[in-house]
Amino acid sequence: MTSSTSPRRRLAVALVPMALFVALVALLVFGLGNDPRKVPSPLVGKPVPEFRLPELTDPSRSVTDEDLRGRISLVNVWASWCNSCRAEHQALMALSESPDFQIVGLNWKDDAGDANRVLRMTGNPYDMNGYDPDNTVGIHWGVYGAPETFVVDHNGIIRHKHIGPIDRTVWEETLQPLIAQLKAEQ
Amino acid sequence: MIPELGHVALILALVIAVIQATFPLVGSLAGGSGNRNWMNMARPLAYGQFTLLLIAFACLTQAFLTSDFSVLYVASHSNTLLPTLYKVSAVWGGHEGSLLLWVLFMAAWGAAVAAFSRNLPLAVVSRVIAVQGMIAIGFLLFMLLTSNPFERLFPVPVEGRDLNPLLQDFGLAIHPPMLYMGYVGFSVAFAFAIAALIGGKLDAAWARWSRPWTTVAWVFLTIGIALGSWWAYYELGWGGWWFWDPVENASLMPWLVGTALIHSLAVTEKRGAFKSWTVLLAISAFSLSLLGTFLVRSGVLTSVHAFATDPERGLFILIFLCVVIGGSLALYAWRAPEVSEGGRFDLLSRESALLANNLLFVAFTVLVLFGTLAPLIYEAFNWGKISVGFPWFNQMFLALSPFLALLLGFGPAMRWKHDEPMRILRMLWLAFALSVVVLAVLALPMFGARTLWVPVGIALAAWLLFSHVAIVRERLKNKRGLAAWVADMRGSGRSFYGMVTAHVGVALFVVGVTMVSNFQMEEDVRMSPGDSYEMAGYRFQFLGAEKAPGPNYQADRGHFRVFRGDRQITELFPEKRAYLGGGMPMTEAAIDPGLFRDVYVSLGEPVGGGDWALRLYYKPFVRWIWLGSIFMALGGLLAVTDPRYRTGRVRARAPAHAAAARA
Amino acid sequence: MPSPTHPIRSRGPSGVPARPTIRPAASRLSHRFAFRPPFWLRHALLALLLLGGIAAQAYTLEEFTFDSPEQQAEFRELIGKLRCLVCQNESLAGSQAELAQDLRNEVYRMMRAGQTQDEILDFLIARYGDFVLYEPPLKPSTYVLWFGPFVLIGIGAVFMVRALLRKKATPESDITDAERKRLQELLAADGGNTEKSS
Repeated sequence: MTSSTSPRRRLAVALVPMALFVALVALLVFGLGNDPRKVPSPLVGKPVPEFRLPELTDPSRSVTDEDLRGRISLVNVWASWCNSCRAEHQALMALSESPDFQIVGLNWKDDAGDANRVLRMTGNPYDMNGYDPDNTVGIHWGVYGAPETFVVDHNGIIRHKHIGPIDRTVWEETLQPLIAQLKAEQ
Repeated sequence: MIPELGHVALILALVIAVIQATFPLVGSLAGGSGNRNWMNMARPLAYGQFTLLLIAFACLTQAFLTSDFSVLYVASHSNTLLPTLYKVSAVWGGHEGSLLLWVLFMAAWGAAVAAFSRNLPLAVVSRVIAVQGMIAIGFLLFMLLTSNPFERLFPVPVEGRDLNPLLQDFGLAIHPPMLYMGYVGFSVAFAFAIAALIGGKLDAAWARWSRPWTTVAWVFLTIGIALGSWWAYYELGWGGWWFWDPVENASLMPWLVGTALIHSLAVTEKRGAFKSWTVLLAISAFSLSLLGTFLVRSGVLTSVHAFATDPERGLFILIFLCVVIGGSLALYAWRAPEVSEGGRFDLLSRESALLANNLLFVAFTVLVLFGTLAPLIYEAFNWGKISVGFPWFNQMFLALSPFLALLLGFGPAMRWKHDEPMRILRMLWLAFALSVVVLAVLALPMFGARTLWVPVGIALAAWLLFSHVAIVRERLKNKRGLAAWVADMRGSGRSFYGMVTAHVGVALFVVGVTMVSNFQMEEDVRMSPGDSYEMAGYRFQFLGAEKAPGPNYQADRGHFRVFRGDRQITELFPEKRAYLGGGMPMTEAAIDPGLFRDVYVSLGEPVGGGDWALRLYYKPFVRWIWLGSIFMALGGLLAVTDPRYRTGRVRARAPAHAAAARA
Repeated sequence: MPSPTHPIRSRGPSGVPARPTIRPAASRLSHRFAFRPPFWLRHALLALLLLGGIAAQAYTLEEFTFDSPEQQAEFRELIGKLRCLVCQNESLAGSQAELAQDLRNEVYRMMRAGQTQDEILDFLIARYGDFVLYEPPLKPSTYVLWFGPFVLIGIGAVFMVRALLRKKATPESDITDAERKRLQELLAADGGNTEKSS
């Protein structure tokens, strides 16, 4: 449809499909390295939701949003039925020794007996554990699977959400620098 | 041994594909009139390729029929309890086997081209078959390197894992083959286009040769998509027929471009215009088929149907995509500027109408592509995570479809090259006036249309119908009597009547979509045995549910009587099946189909005391959606049988003045 | 349901460790393994390009009671607008996943507590993001989505109309004599015949 135009323009027009295709390929290459199942949380930058849950190991105590203020916290959503949580457990055990932050568990859609058994058998990395069998608090945190980990600063503001298990790479590349930064802010 | 035979056949097919991609092509480019010996290799190679892949396919089928679980693919997709029919369809029930079916079909198309192109110049045939060989290389390498269906498993399990229960259904057993025939069929149009670009001769003859092939591929794709939609409707138990899932979109995009292509080919064949545009469409149709393959098998998008998401496979297909599509677009960029764009036409002409058709279909394709990839685009630019679901697509399509329907009534009435506004007006004023009456009457409050879409949709369908009646009348004006019509049908009229049939199919489709979207009813109810529930003038009586064992599942089967007034119109037996192979329970909806309405019951969960949670649906005119698709496909078939595409047989007629002549 | 032993369950065809059948029917999803669809869905998933939305449709509609058919319709509409986050591409209305059940219950609870549709949607958006909506809201960040296609189509239309007008302006450049001759030769060889009309 370019009959009366100069050869150069005709070539330019003929190259348009190629250009579009190159853009498409760039997008697809990006897509290959991208996990479409990960949904970023709108809660990042917001204060933690108010909640009150019984403590898993000691139901007479409770865990509330107040417990997340004054210290840097990793809030880890886990369950005994979740394989990846088991894979993550070792990493959490190692991290639990750090004095820089506390690890608060959110035991999600689980059975207290099963969950306590896991903690007895494999060790308990958590400073405290909210027991949420019916996903009443999980919904408020926007949890949609396990494991998920929220980084909460000492003011009780959610600063980051990691979806999936924490491993060495995640820790070294994302969480550790973030916690160092939060410490500096403190 | 037999799986190894299949494996060897695949390897030999790859060897043949390599020869097929080189010798005939090089031969066709050799000096003078080419190297005939090398070009003559094309046809036998195409047959050989087909034979080898047929052997490979037969080997895999045999492994399924004998439940040879030493083959990993068989063990993962079949088990001894599976009914024989589904053992066969399980051959293409997974990634590896469906690829084998894909390459088999491609070889079949290649062999068909070789067999039915006796009168094409040898150079053209050689190039077409060579291009198909190149594509086959990619797919065969992909299979042999990443997705070998003949891979052995050790230790050999005693029992296989069973085919996905969703696939244990007749509609779904034949849906993939139809769809693949369509996808792969576009490879023929693609190969013709590339062959023409290689030869540098983009002319009307090229369009005429590839046109019937393209139409047949389009017919298969139409049937394939309709089957998928029908299957989703009756099998999934939620009564929907299209959900704009990325996988559905992946099949729709080639269809949309293919539709643009068959129209554009008409212009190129008859008027020699739009040449480079038509070539681009031919490249795009097949490219989108390949893109769909990538999207479905790479895990880039969230879809319920995604295959095993293996980055290695994704990367391979992406590289293949770059080579095939990038290569052909480069060839296009090199050759297209030299192509003359012949065929002058006026603003009011068939060409203009078809150009507008092309614009709309390409716009639809852009919409689907954009909507499907939008989540990815947003993430790539860090604009946040969005979900683009059915509401977006529905709104976008509703915004454009009325224009297409309007145009569709005018376009076929127009003459090539130049037409007079008054002539069109004389021909169509009555049809237009009647449609406006339909619109006005249906918009009256007494018809209870809650939105304007109902009268608009029905009026557009009426417009399509009336205008085509007027167009047929115009054609018959100078032909007296039945005998003349029969002669017309035997002669060159078939492509005309094919077009009319397909366009009437569009009208039926529009009616179906409009009615079912606006007047369907659904209810979730809890019923005890003996309870009745009234909906849409039908009374559903639930008699209870009982256990009903199947060959490889346990079912609960509900029993319903459906009454209209006092008259019992049918009994329905919806099932809920738990397959022995595990997985989620499947609902098997029970449907009483009718031309004007479906009554549809699906069994939910037992809620204690013999009570069941149930879903009841009333679906007016839903069949028209598929009926319309069938009409479109039939129209395509009728057009293909037009004698002018018949090679060799119709020698008696005068040689063509063809494209240049005023049609 | 009976679950026969599957000797090959430990390792799937593509080398992906299959998910142990801890809770077979439940779609309790955990982020690495169970996040994927169940084994049969992943691998047997059919003719890749099968159409039709929604797998695993066996819906569990918890028993909800409503005061009026309107309220029931509203509930339906609401859960139809919401995406089940863990189900790839299913709405809350159609999904079996436990998370979907939880969210349905929450939506139901809020509705019974007298909250409006918008309040319920805002509640979920605040926690899960716009991604829970099937229909992305119109706001500056989604302008590209809602208007982008029309801009593209508009550009395409402008080019086409320009091409049309130019075509009208250029002198007759029908098929050239040489082309016509060649075409006749080719089509004669092809045995084709001219058609008379249309």
